[in-house]
Amino acid sequence: MIVASRKPLDEIIEIIGDYEKVLIAGCGTCVEVCHAGGEKEVEILASQLRMKFGKEGINKEFLSDTVERQCELEFIEPFLEKAEDLDAILSMACGVGVNFLADRLDSLPVLPALDTTFYGATEEQGVWTEKCSGCGKCILHLTGGICPITRCSKSILNGPCGGSDGGKCEISADVDCAWHLIYERLKALNQLENIQAINPIRDWSTGLDGGPRKMVREDLRL
Amino acid sequence: MSSNVQNKGAFEPQIIAFCCHYCAYAAADLAGSARIQYSPNVKIIRLPCSGKVDILHILHAFEAGADGVYVAACLEGGCHFMEGNLRAKKRVAYAKQLLEEIGLESERLEMYNMSSAMGGEFAKVADEMTEKISKLGPNPLKFVKFAKQSRKSGKEGS
Ligand code: SF4
Repeated sequence: MIVASRKPLDEIIEIIGDYEKVLIAGCGTCVEVCHAGGEKEVEILASQLRMKFGKEGINKEFLSDTVERQCELEFIEPFLEKAEDLDAILSMACGVGVNFLADRLDSLPVLPALDTTFYGATEEQGVWTEKCSGCGKCILHLTGGICPITRCSKSILNGPCGGSDGGKCEISADVDCAWHLIYERLKALNQLENIQAINPIRDWSTGLDGGPRKMVREDLRL
Repeated sequence: MSSNVQNKGAFEPQIIAFCCHYCAYAAADLAGSARIQYSPNVKIIRLPCSGKVDILHILHAFEAGADGVYVAACLEGGCHFMEGNLRAKKRVAYAKQLLEEIGLESERLEMYNMSSAMGGEFAKVADEMTEKISKLGPNPLKFVKFAKQSRKSGKEGS
């Protein structure tokens, strides 16, 4: 899922600026699961903003609503319908949701309340870790299912580097060396030959370096 | 609890105590049977476990004008539901940060632990909190008219 965290309140207040009637728009998918922008977080932020502005005698109106997903048209329709009556939408979705709404609302500002952070997994309640970079060319079958692009601090394809120390990465003793993990995993899988093979320089144009990506499935189109 | 409770004359704080049914609520009962006097400023809301308390319950209490809020839970290690009180403790700590963010003193929110046998402690905590909040003064939000307020019921307790 996409993992995000809420911006500090001061930054959100600065982003809201002079807009008076603002819809705080939640998303019930990834950001609900990582407790950043689901229905509950929307109500918490709305309550904080009402109190903050109320305390300072600034009159603003905050509406709140959460849809299942902000990245699909049929779900965002309630927001589009309300748009005329608003000064801005403060989206608590990931960046995808903010973009998706902005693309469809000509004259209404769509503001981000979250910092979208990474593609990750829930390790345990309240702990999320980054697992994938969406680089567009997966090599996980060669690396025992552990992504060196994402989990190696240098994203090197032929590791480990000289900084690997006792299973930890040189950037921090709290960070596992991805290539150490790959080595251990390949050993357990009896596939150590994979680590000796040289991974060639990769074509990064399959990732963001190739410009914004688009996928079309003609068989699915209506 | 609303703007109709303005402070005329001396400030009488309004304090909400979220009390666990198995400890603090029973302790309040015991204080009552033992005729121990405690501050009448404290209004009790009974919860089946302190772990039921939600960030939104706390925020909405302040938004509605409560001057102070506290969660009274079982002694650590003594929760009827194993660790509801430890979860409540973390939520109170987080809610304190949220209050600081909006510029409301986080001391207006506290967490206390007691057993059902501690009627005296219940009274002491109620008095202590009342005294502290009296010193802090009224919650500025009780004078705010949320005229344009539009609050949908959130996912409390999930
Ligand atoms: S120590 Fe390991 S994880 Fe860190 S940069 Fe080197 S190979 Fe990558």
